[in-house]
Amino acid sequence: MNEISITQILFVSTALFFIGMYGLFTRRNMITMLMAIEIILNSVNINFVAFNKYLYPGKLDGVFFTIFIITIAAAEAAMAIAIIINLYRSHHSIDVEDAEEMKY
Amino acid sequence: MSPYFFVMLVPLLPLVSFCILGLFGRKYIKTTSGTLGVISLFISALLSLYTAYRYFFIDGKVNGIYQHIIALKYTWLQFSPRVSIDMGILLDPISVMMIVIVSFISLMVHIFSLGYMKGEERFAIYYAFLSLFTFSMLGLVLSSNIFQIYIFWELVGISSFLLIGFYFENPSAVTASNKAFIVTRFADFGFLIGILILAFYSGTLDFGTLIERLTTAGSSQYIDIHSATFLGASMLTWGLGLVFIGGAGKSAMFPLHIWLPDAMEGPTPVSALIHAATMVVAGVFLVARLFPVFSIDLTVLQIVTWVGAFSALFAAVVACTQTDIKRVLAFSTMSQIGFMMFSLGVSKYGGESGLGYTGSMFHLFTHAFFKSLLFLGAGAVIHFAHTNDIRDLGGLRKLMPVTHLSFLIACLAIAGIPPFSGFFSKEDILMAAYHSDKIIYAIAVLTSALTAFYMFRLYYSVFWKRDIHLHDKNHEEGTLSMRLTLVILAVCTAFAGFVPVSSWITSDGAPLESHIDIVFSVFPVLMALTGIGLATYLYKTENRRPQIITSAFGSLYRAAYRKFYIDELYLFITRKIIFNGIGRPAAWFDKNIVDGFMNGLATTTAKISGLIKGLQSGKVQNYALYFFGGIIALAVLFIYVLNY
Repeated sequence: MNEISITQILFVSTALFFIGMYGLFTRRNMITMLMAIEIILNSVNINFVAFNKYLYPGKLDGVFFTIFIITIAAAEAAMAIAIIINLYRSHHSIDVEDAEEMKY
Repeated sequence: MSPYFFVMLVPLLPLVSFCILGLFGRKYIKTTSGTLGVISLFISALLSLYTAYRYFFIDGKVNGIYQHIIALKYTWLQFSPRVSIDMGILLDPISVMMIVIVSFISLMVHIFSLGYMKGEERFAIYYAFLSLFTFSMLGLVLSSNIFQIYIFWELVGISSFLLIGFYFENPSAVTASNKAFIVTRFADFGFLIGILILAFYSGTLDFGTLIERLTTAGSSQYIDIHSATFLGASMLTWGLGLVFIGGAGKSAMFPLHIWLPDAMEGPTPVSALIHAATMVVAGVFLVARLFPVFSIDLTVLQIVTWVGAFSALFAAVVACTQTDIKRVLAFSTMSQIGFMMFSLGVSKYGGESGLGYTGSMFHLFTHAFFKSLLFLGAGAVIHFAHTNDIRDLGGLRKLMPVTHLSFLIACLAIAGIPPFSGFFSKEDILMAAYHSDKIIYAIAVLTSALTAFYMFRLYYSVFWKRDIHLHDKNHEEGTLSMRLTLVILAVCTAFAGFVPVSSWITSDGAPLESHIDIVFSVFPVLMALTGIGLATYLYKTENRRPQIITSAFGSLYRAAYRKFYIDELYLFITRKIIFNGIGRPAAWFDKNIVDGFMNGLATTTAKISGLIKGLQSGKVQNYALYFFGGIIALAVLFIYVLNY
């Protein structure tokens, strides 16, 4: 069985990162944007785990970091959804372009 | 400590009453504020009288010469070890005389106002302003240095502004107070430059030192100020001339007299105060104060003489045509101040030739009594009849016996009929003029004849001319306080001429023998009697003779009635020449260059911010894009350019 090389893993994580980026920039629906952000975070998580495995096999620092990120991502999702719900209450829409006048 | 330390209280008491009335008068002591003002002035007047008694009779004289006494000296601003501005009190014959006049006349005005201003909404404020005015003038006459006098000079200006504009609901009063303030302020500008010149060359501000240094021939300051010239005149001439401009502005000398007739918009007792004691005599006092210096510069003395003589004649002619009772009196003040001025101008320093100086101060003394009496009498008439216009007045002699009699005494005094006070002082002035310059003497005699004429024109128009029937027979002739002051002042007017002023107040301090030359007096008195006779002929009964005469004079009468178009001339100069020539270009410069630059800055900023404000779109995704772009740029920078 062939070993999966770090290049392949990094390729996957880079692809995920840019998919997330693309989603973040093109989608208008805030929920979808939130999902795109989650994808970006997960691409970073993959990087952490991969580097931990290949560069410092005896240590677990990278894995811990991943767990922290997942926790924070959960909290962040809760915050984001709370904001989106409030926005929906006042604007009756979760389209990000309808929230433009928030700049004033 | 000087035994005259208590003189400090003379100006301070009115100041205290001003502070109390100004702060609390309106709310707490509204009704008693008049009494408070009267009491403080009463004490002040008593102290001045005591000062005068002590100075003139007990310890003012050393070796037969009245001394200059510094009663108080306090260094206020120390610029350098040798230059400082002091606050002090200087007592000499003229300042002692002035504090008596100012506090006494002001006391009379305070008492008179108790009745005249009764029921006035701003009664307490009125008394506060009166006290401030009195304080300023007392401070002015007691000033020991030229800078201190300037401070009080401006205080007099501001308090006259407040009082002339007392009825500020009335637009003409506002205009009049502005006019008085601006005209005198304009003149004060000359005064300030004059002060700077004199102080610069003499190196001191103190009157005594300044006079000593500038009059001692051979001292370095004397040589400096005489040798420095500007436009062909020595700096001494310039300095004194500019100081005189300040004095002329306050004393309403031609051509700076235009504020005086308009100042009649104030309450009548205020006019009495301004004309008799506080404001217009300040200019005369200033010239008298610096007289030793003036007397060494003949050019300036000539200016003083001619400005004074011309103002006297000019005002007398205008006064003959005016129909407002207060305006006639205003022009008569201007005329009498002109007398005092040219009398100073023809005088010399010291000895018998200093008669003009003595006469001027004597006239100032007597004039204070009869002019305040005339104004307070006019106030009583206005209070009684509610009109200023002598064409609507007449026949008041039976309705107002006290006013009538006191007014008559004052008219006789101002006309120079013996034995009333004006005769003696005018006699000194005429004598001085006669010995100095015959033309001035001729002008003076003519003016005093005109004075007698217009004063009796006023007198007959108000008290005789016709019988009027009042609807209300129970109408009182003013209150007790008003009649009381008229009586007191009438007594003073009748007897002030017997005060031996000439043995007290002379240019060099040594007493002058007063001598009434009977032969000399005949001519002026005859002239005055002619004036009175003419007025009797024209105005005692209602007839058509005045109209015939006015139409005979035609354009001259109209010109005099319009005060020789001086006001119009000023308006022409300010509106047409200064506004168009200086004001509008300056306004254009301000609008287009100064404002233009500022507006340009603002519009440029606005344009630039308009260009970049599109970045702040409010679109979250744009922000994210900028953020991401920034990170990429930084990454590229760090990795490829800086090679970390």
